[in-house]
Amino acid sequence: MRRTLSYIAGFVLSIILTMVAYAIVVNHYVVGWAAVFSLVGLAVVQLLVQLLFFLHLSRHGEANNRLLLFDFTLIVVIIVVAGSLWIMHNLHYNTEPQVEVLEEHIVHDEGVKPQH
Amino acid sequence: MSQSTSVNEAVLAVESPSPNKGITALVTPTTPLGFWIYLMTDCVLFATLFATFAVLRHNTNGGPGGDELFSLPYVLAETLILLTSSFTCGLAMVATHAKRRNWTIALMAITALLGAAFLYLELHEFAHLAAEGNNWQRSGFLSAFFTLVGTHGLHITIGLLWIGVMLINIARQGLTASHIRRLGLLSMFWHFLDIVWIFIFTFVYLVGASGV
Repeated sequence: MRRTLSYIAGFVLSIILTMVAYAIVVNHYVVGWAAVFSLVGLAVVQLLVQLLFFLHLSRHGEANNRLLLFDFTLIVVIIVVAGSLWIMHNLHYNTEPQVEVLEEHIVHDEGVKPQH
Repeated sequence: MSQSTSVNEAVLAVESPSPNKGITALVTPTTPLGFWIYLMTDCVLFATLFATFAVLRHNTNGGPGGDELFSLPYVLAETLILLTSSFTCGLAMVATHAKRRNWTIALMAITALLGAAFLYLELHEFAHLAAEGNNWQRSGFLSAFFTLVGTHGLHITIGLLWIGVMLINIARQGLTASHIRRLGLLSMFWHFLDIVWIFIFTFVYLVGASGV
């Protein structure tokens, strides 16, 4: 019964979180980067809900090993995703194909004075 | 069937209706942990695909972006269907641990039907995109999209095959110890796929629609 309640609670919470995220985008309650952060927040909460209520991750008993492995995986995932975004952004910035944009990077962001 | 348990392992006779009667197999309780380790590597795989998509999200090669291509109500339907299938899978596990064979079969069958509905909707979306020329060769954005969402869809397909095999096995041999163990692994797999979909739904479709 406890397990059944766990699944029902997880299901209901996940539906709510999904609908809120959907409503935010469709009704433009929030836009731009603020919307992105709210959506990410909602996704992370739903992740935790499903990890707890569906996958029964916990610090007790046998599940603790799985939690530990998940934490490590999370570290790897953060490095891969954040690292890729940072590196590719940097690469894109430094190898800009449009000359005007590249010159603006050099003059305004790097502080190098133009010679002509 | 003979059973003896020591501190770290359980030896179970594998029930089998045919020529291999009486063969014992070493079944340790660490199998779910091993499968969890596999799921964690799958997590890293999806992370690389997400990273690729994030980097390429604006590389539309003059073509349409997410805001033009995706129908949010359609994707919401897919999301709710998959979420419900994860829920029914969980209920199936409750039935399994209560040794209710018929409920297990019924709930896993519902899970499979919902999963098949999800897959159908996804393939329909892919076909529609391809028919309009927006296939994976159109742009970097679409390459990344099809790879990420397609890989998830491939996982769903394999999960459906697995559910089918389990349904046949349970119908024929009942809820044996190894079937119960495998159902546990299958439900972990299925819950994991729904979790990955949460992030696809959020980052590919919702954030894509915001144009950020």
